[in-house]
Amino acid sequence: MSLFSNITLGQYYPGASLLHRMDPRAKILALPLVMIMVLLADGTAGFIMSGIPVLLALLLAGIPPGTYWRGLKPLWAILLIGLAIQSLTYPGEKLWQWGMLSVSREGFILGMKLSYRLSLLILSTMLLTMTTTPMNLTAALEKLLQPLKKFGVPAHELAMMMTIALRFVPTLLEEAEAVMKAQQARGGSVSTGNLNQRLRASVALLVPLLAGSIRRADELAMAMEARGYRGDTGRTRLKQFKYRPVDIIVLTVLIALTIVVAADRWA
Amino acid sequence: MRVSNRKKVICLQGVSYSYPGTNNRIVLDNINLDVHAGEMLVLLGPNGSGKSTLARLMNGLLAPSCGQVLVDGLNTADDTSLWQVRKKVGMVFQNPDNQLVAATVEEELAFGMENLGFPPEEMMKRIREISARMQLDELLNFPPHRLSGGQKQRVAIASVLAIEPQALVLDEPTSMLDPAGRREVISELNRLKQSGKTVVLVTHDMTEAITADRIVVLVQGKAAFMGPPRECFSRVAWLQEIGLEIPPAAELARRIRGKGLVVPQDLYHVADWVEYLCQES
Amino acid sequence: MPGIIDIKNLYVSYAPGTPIQRHALRGISMAVEKGEYRAIIGPQGSGKSTLLQVMAGLIEAEGRVSVCGKDLRHKKNRDGLWRQVGIIFQYPERQLFEDTVFNDIAYGPRNMGLSEDEVRRRVKAALEAVNLDEEVYCLSPFKLSGGQKRRAAIAGILAMEPEVLLLDEPTAGLDPRGKRQLMDLFSNLCRKKQVTLVLVTHDMEEVAHRADTVTVLYRGRIAMGGTPKEIFARCKELESIGLFVPFAAQLATSLQAKGLPVRNMTTLPEAEQEVARLLKGRA
Repeated sequence: MSLFSNITLGQYYPGASLLHRMDPRAKILALPLVMIMVLLADGTAGFIMSGIPVLLALLLAGIPPGTYWRGLKPLWAILLIGLAIQSLTYPGEKLWQWGMLSVSREGFILGMKLSYRLSLLILSTMLLTMTTTPMNLTAALEKLLQPLKKFGVPAHELAMMMTIALRFVPTLLEEAEAVMKAQQARGGSVSTGNLNQRLRASVALLVPLLAGSIRRADELAMAMEARGYRGDTGRTRLKQFKYRPVDIIVLTVLIALTIVVAADRWA
Repeated sequence: MRVSNRKKVICLQGVSYSYPGTNNRIVLDNINLDVHAGEMLVLLGPNGSGKSTLARLMNGLLAPSCGQVLVDGLNTADDTSLWQVRKKVGMVFQNPDNQLVAATVEEELAFGMENLGFPPEEMMKRIREISARMQLDELLNFPPHRLSGGQKQRVAIASVLAIEPQALVLDEPTSMLDPAGRREVISELNRLKQSGKTVVLVTHDMTEAITADRIVVLVQGKAAFMGPPRECFSRVAWLQEIGLEIPPAAELARRIRGKGLVVPQDLYHVADWVEYLCQES
Repeated sequence: MPGIIDIKNLYVSYAPGTPIQRHALRGISMAVEKGEYRAIIGPQGSGKSTLLQVMAGLIEAEGRVSVCGKDLRHKKNRDGLWRQVGIIFQYPERQLFEDTVFNDIAYGPRNMGLSEDEVRRRVKAALEAVNLDEEVYCLSPFKLSGGQKRRAAIAGILAMEPEVLLLDEPTAGLDPRGKRQLMDLFSNLCRKKQVTLVLVTHDMEEVAHRADTVTVLYRGRIAMGGTPKEIFARCKELESIGLFVPFAAQLATSLQAKGLPVRNMTTLPEAEQEVARLLKGRA
């Protein structure tokens, strides 16, 4: 539990904020809009316009800022490396220079833009998963994909698979840690020894994990069947989604903003 | 007995079972057993005696190789009535981690009802009722991995009760729990018994069998004993021989009798002993 | 004389440096003698399993921990500890992975770098100790029954012939007979081969009937320590932290509360004696 319990990236954060109460379908639809906007944005006006909805949402979600910070933490390295590569490799006016290395103004600005865009993308995705329970997320996805069933898209099955996968992530992480320790206690450590020993040690870890997952899947299937599960047939849902005015307003505003941002870029 | 006049919820008639592809090794051999409405039936047996298989036959998860299983008159081997059968007999399994499907307790309670096509308002109503009754209302938004083992099993029981089955079959629901969780589940079962639910409990823990109306002991796929707990517990030597152990209170009575002293039959708890020893003085 | 396990002022915390940091163990000091049978009991979340994993060198901790004369503050000592200290986790059958039962049990001994002859001798001895027939040696461990899997996994630890054996509820989920056979096996290792045992368990009857000494953990601290008799005499205190006491101790406490003249007792033979004495006194 110690090794993996630190993973909090995008985990649902219980609350009753406006964002929490929005129709999950609207939130799922809003995400690509925000993404398009962030990717299209160029120039100060565009960056400010695309940043505002995300910033607003961050404030409205009622989640302590520290939680976002921790969520982003594992990604800081990536952002910094991106910034460094851009600054160091892009040709242009020299800002600083140490021997072979030089930072160009253009590169630095480009790197900052990249980091800004990436942070917004990550934050908006995090916002979706942090304000929507996995169950609602999958149920909404199922609803949104419903029309595609005619074309053979297994909407319900996909949603069910996602639900189960999400449900079992913590359980499997715990199991992974338990097996890892058990093998370590038999001298099979993945982190010490030569390559061959490490390879053998990873087999000793993966085989039990696989066997365990199959066993779990088997038992779960049995339990689901016992409770009358038979796929989509005759199934109703507890969660009923209804678009409210706020959802419509949010989506409309986002569409309008996206158009403005696009116009700003190409105008 | 009074019980036998009641309606039969589950009837097993000449039921045998062997798992496919195991050289026809017989897991269950000619079981005849009726589960009556409102009774608490305990299936006892050592590991590998076939008790889990028997439980799975009771709601059509497995179909018998021989003989038939009737649930409220419906044959479980008949695919068309299978969904009716599963509505009438609910199952709770051993491993609390591998039977919860949903991401929150609330969704878990709804899962069975969703499968059977309940309208959303009805689900909502029943979730409210059952979570209040079983003190789960505080946990409704919890993900399963944040619950204790005992809580997980109570959620599993509640989610089965939500579809209001006629009978509840529990397959070793306590064997993976610590004593506190075990106590939690057992007191829940006692409440169920009191409310008149039909309960079939599979276990290898004899202390859980004390409150049963009737005990069936399975040994190597055969129903080796069928009768009230008192009669079952008096066969100490036989029980030990097949790998079961009587509760310490009953074991003490046996030891005292071995010293040539006379003590009453039904001393199953500390309280029974205290009462007996105090009234004697 | 320092014990084979010697712990002074041990602290373990999860997620240190984050707001969700919490202490799993706080200021534990204890010593276990060579050849001792020590039970560790405590309610869920009291830190029992964490303590056991510290003793096995699997978790880094603050404070002084020495096991088999090795100072576990050094990573090198922790990493090499598996050669002397065996740990059996809950549901150990989850660790089976080799193609045959034999190879799985040989995994630990082979990692120790023993000769193939020695490996074979140890595997055979371990399989005999856990009562698995020769005919299963070449089977896949995944083909075994539940009880057999458990025993095979345990044999995999025994084959390393540890000086100290740490047990985390090794019999969970087994039927009474399977339980007793395994606990007899561990008792024998302790009594006949002077293997030091540390058993984490919820089964108070086992503690009462088998252990030499008991450590009670509650919320990461040591709440009590002593022989089973001393510990279980404090029935009320144990119950107040959510623990049960064995049948005989419950009986003794209840009878004493009613004013009956009975001595403290923890095991069934003791209860038998006391109750028989009581009944004979009346006849």
